[in-house]
Amino acid sequence: MDLLLSILLIVVKSLALLVVGLIAVAYYIYADRKIWASVQLRRGPNVVGAWGLLQSFADMLKFVLKEPTIPDGANKGVFLLAPLVTAVLALAAWAVVPVADGWAIANLNVGVLYIFAISSLGVYGIIMGGWASNSKYPFLAALRSAAQMVSYEVSIGFVIITVLLCAGSLNLNDIVKAQDTRFGLFGWYWLPLFPMFVIFFISALAETNRPPFDLVEAESELVAGFMVEYGSTPYMLFMLGEYVAIVTMCALLTVLFFGGWLPPVNVAPFTWVPGVVWFVLKVSWFFFLFAMVKAFVPRYRYDQLMRLGWKVFLPISLIAVVVVAALIEFTGFAGGVAP
Amino acid sequence: MSLLQTANALLLKEFFGAFVLSVRYLFKPKATLNYPHEKNPQSPRYRGEHALRRYPNGEERCIACKLCEAICPAQAITIEAAPRGNDGTRRTTRYDIDMTKCIYCGYCQEACPVDAIVEGPNSEFAVETREELFFDKQRLLDNGAIWEREIARNIAADAPYR
Repeated sequence: MDLLLSILLIVVKSLALLVVGLIAVAYYIYADRKIWASVQLRRGPNVVGAWGLLQSFADMLKFVLKEPTIPDGANKGVFLLAPLVTAVLALAAWAVVPVADGWAIANLNVGVLYIFAISSLGVYGIIMGGWASNSKYPFLAALRSAAQMVSYEVSIGFVIITVLLCAGSLNLNDIVKAQDTRFGLFGWYWLPLFPMFVIFFISALAETNRPPFDLVEAESELVAGFMVEYGSTPYMLFMLGEYVAIVTMCALLTVLFFGGWLPPVNVAPFTWVPGVVWFVLKVSWFFFLFAMVKAFVPRYRYDQLMRLGWKVFLPISLIAVVVVAALIEFTGFAGGVAP
Repeated sequence: MSLLQTANALLLKEFFGAFVLSVRYLFKPKATLNYPHEKNPQSPRYRGEHALRRYPNGEERCIACKLCEAICPAQAITIEAAPRGNDGTRRTTRYDIDMTKCIYCGYCQEACPVDAIVEGPNSEFAVETREELFFDKQRLLDNGAIWEREIARNIAADAPYR
C-alpha cells in the first residue's frame, strides 16, 4: 500500500513536471524566435493568438496533422525509434533537476552523473536517426553531430568535476545548498569558477547543437542534417528533444553555477519569493543568453569547432581541475565557503 | 598570435561587445511592418493590377487601337475589335490579359492614347488557381470601377511629371 502510494505520487509528480515543462518549452521556442527576430529588427511570430503566443501550439498541430513519410530503404523500427529516444531522454534528464529545495522527482545522490549519462545517451538518437534513414547526407551529418557532442562532453565533464570538488557532493540538491552563503549572489559558483562557467556555457551550446555550433543543420549550407528524411511528428519529436535539452542545459547552468532556487540576496523581500520563481527566472535568463548567442555569433567552421573543443577547452578545464583541487586541498577554501 | 590577442580571445572581448550591440538592437524599433495591418506608402506610379477605365459618362475609354497589344513585351494582351452594334464605333470585343505572363512593365499604360488601360495601385490579387489569372474584359472593367478613384488621383498626381 505504501509502495503503491509512493509510486502514484511519483507518477503524479512526473505528469505535473511533464505538462508544465512541455508548455514552458513551447514558450521557450516562441521566446527564442521572438528574441532572434527582434535582434534582426524583425517582428517574429505575431499572428497566431495575441502577439503570436499560440504559435508553438499551431506548429505542433501542423506537425502532428502532416503525413509521416518513411523512406523506402529506411530501417523502419530504428527510424521511428530515433526521435522517440531523443525526446524521451531529453525529458528524462528532468527527473533529478531540483526546481526548488527538495522539489525533484528523484533526489538522486548521483544526480550529476545521471544527467551527464542521459545527455550523453542523446547522441544515440542522432546516430540512429542518421543511420536508419539509409541516405548519405543524414548519415554524414549524424557522424559530424556525434563527433561534436562527444568532443564537448569531455570538457563539460571536467567543468562539472570542478563544481563537484567545491560542493563536495554529486547530489544536485546539495550542490545548490553548498552555494547558499551569506554573500548571496557572490557566493554562487559562477564567481569563483568564472572561467569554468564560461566554458560550460559555450560547451552547452555545442552539446545541444545550438548556433554558433549548429553545423549539423546549418540552414544556409545544409538541409537539415541528420533530420533530412524526417517530417511531421517524428521531426517534431527531434525538435522537442533539442529544445528540452537546451532548457536542461540552462537548468544545469542554474544549478551548478547560479545557485538554483536561491535568492540573489539573502534579505527579506527576496527570501519571501518562492524558490521555484528564482529557478525559473534564472533558467529563463540563461535561455535568453542562448537565444542572443544565436543572434550575434557567426557559425563556426567544423575544424574550428573541433579545435575549440580539444585544443582550448580541454586543456583549460584539465588545468582548472588540478588548480581547483590543489586550492581546496591546501587552503581548504572552496568557492567562497569556509568548510 | 600576440599576447594581447590571446587575452582578448580568452576574455571573450568581442563576444561581450557583440552582446551589448545586439541588446541595443533588441530594443530598437522594428524595421519590418505588421503587413496586413500596416503598409508602406505607395508611389502614384505604382504598377499593380490592371484596370480598364471608363469616361465619367460611363462610356468605355478603350478604342481598340491595339497599341498596348503591340508594345506588350510579354505578349500578354490579346485584343479583338469590331464596330459596335448600336453606334458603329470601333470597340473591343475581346480584351484579355494573361496575368501569369504580364511582367508589370507598364508599357501598356504608357502606350495608351486615351488612358484606358492602366496599372492600378492594387497588388493584393493573389488567387488559388491559374485560370483565375486570365483576366477578360469584364474583369478589367470591373477593376476599373472598383479602383477608379485611386487611379484618377494617381494619374492627376503624376501628370505634372509626364
